[in-house]
Amino acid sequence: MTKSNPLVSIIKTLQGIGHRMVERIWRLGAGARLFFLTIVYSGESFKRFHLTMREIYSTGVMSLLIIIVSAFFVGMVLALQGYNTLQKYGSSEAIGVLVSLSLVRELGPVVTALLFAGRAGTAITAEIGLMKTTEQLSAMEMMAVNPIARVVAPRFWAGVISMPILATLFSMVGILGGYIVAVPLIGVDEGAFWSQMQANVDFQSDIVNGIIKSLVFGVACTMIALFEGFDAPPTAEGVSRATTRTVVISSLTVLGFDFVLTSFMMVI
Amino acid sequence: MDRTKIDLWVGVFVALGVVALLGLAMKVGNLTSGKIGETYSVTAAFENVGSLKPHAPVKSAGVAVGRVDSIAFNSKTYEAVVTIKIDKRYSFPKDTFANIYTAGLLGEQYVGLEAGGDEEALKNGDKIAKTQDAVVLEKMISQFLFSKASETDKDVKSSSQNTSEVKPAETKSTELGDAPF
Repeated sequence: MTKSNPLVSIIKTLQGIGHRMVERIWRLGAGARLFFLTIVYSGESFKRFHLTMREIYSTGVMSLLIIIVSAFFVGMVLALQGYNTLQKYGSSEAIGVLVSLSLVRELGPVVTALLFAGRAGTAITAEIGLMKTTEQLSAMEMMAVNPIARVVAPRFWAGVISMPILATLFSMVGILGGYIVAVPLIGVDEGAFWSQMQANVDFQSDIVNGIIKSLVFGVACTMIALFEGFDAPPTAEGVSRATTRTVVISSLTVLGFDFVLTSFMMVI
Repeated sequence: MDRTKIDLWVGVFVALGVVALLGLAMKVGNLTSGKIGETYSVTAAFENVGSLKPHAPVKSAGVAVGRVDSIAFNSKTYEAVVTIKIDKRYSFPKDTFANIYTAGLLGEQYVGLEAGGDEEALKNGDKIAKTQDAVVLEKMISQFLFSKASETDKDVKSSSQNTSEVKPAETKSTELGDAPF
């Protein structure tokens, strides 16, 4: 009590770091446990597929508009910016390759996942968080209904199914947007646009790898949203914080996973 | 929202996804052009394949007749061994000539086949004996510069009496330096 011992303050700081570290690892473990349980109890979401269907509607179909509009603009901007650089080297026909490869390999899966985390992930977190706050989940357990099987698993599978579809749509619409800027507006030759694209985009190593990426992002984003909702403190503030955390953690996870997946795919 | 409406919308959603995937595969990817029916494969050894890649087209008279299957390095002969797959419908004589050409100045490289006059046709597993390497731009430029330099040398020797005649040769060499390579 006399004066603050430097040793004590150092120990306090270390304690703080240790506490946060243990907390993080605990959350990671709890998330992994929820993921495992979701897989184990996901039989019902296929037996009663209309449960999953309803969730596909609210995560996938409702995200269609934002995905299509942003894909269109991303494709158009890519074509404009790419043309600016490519015409300096006299190879503006390569614009199709530039637009399609950057969309199919990178931007399609990644931007879709980021938009998905903002549009559908937050909705999932808020919904489940509110269910927990209003003790709907406890009520289900009282009625011997497993909330993981009834609430979590259908949302998980809906996210995993929706994400690749949305990412494929994003790539295709983006390429159409790039086509509209490149061919009618700028005046790149249409035949060269498509034929160079076809010569340089490989189905296996570009398109399929992009879909694999979006599948992984789908699992990650949906699982993070579900866990944050399931783990949210049952208060209004807790739910709002959990929603924010969903967006932040999903975005960082997607970008980190993207790097890892890309480097793995480069090796193969 | 009743169940039939949800079913309808999800059906539309999935159908859109399938259409987009098909569009990517057919219009953007090379799934259709990469499909050749029955093929037979032959090998050809090149000293330099340049930037030839697997899946590059094999053309004869400008028509795509096959695809490059694999490119390997033979450590005994220090040559690149290119395996190409040719459509079964097209047969080529045994003494066919294989070249590596470039589509355009900076385009992708492809294998060009020029038919010879042999009676016998190439069979599966045969080796094309007569090949020509890819053109390496740096090599060509250095050869060109070398020959130009020796030419100007000769010019200087033949007209050594008059110094004013040397001038055009000099301007020539500066022109070459400014050439847009």
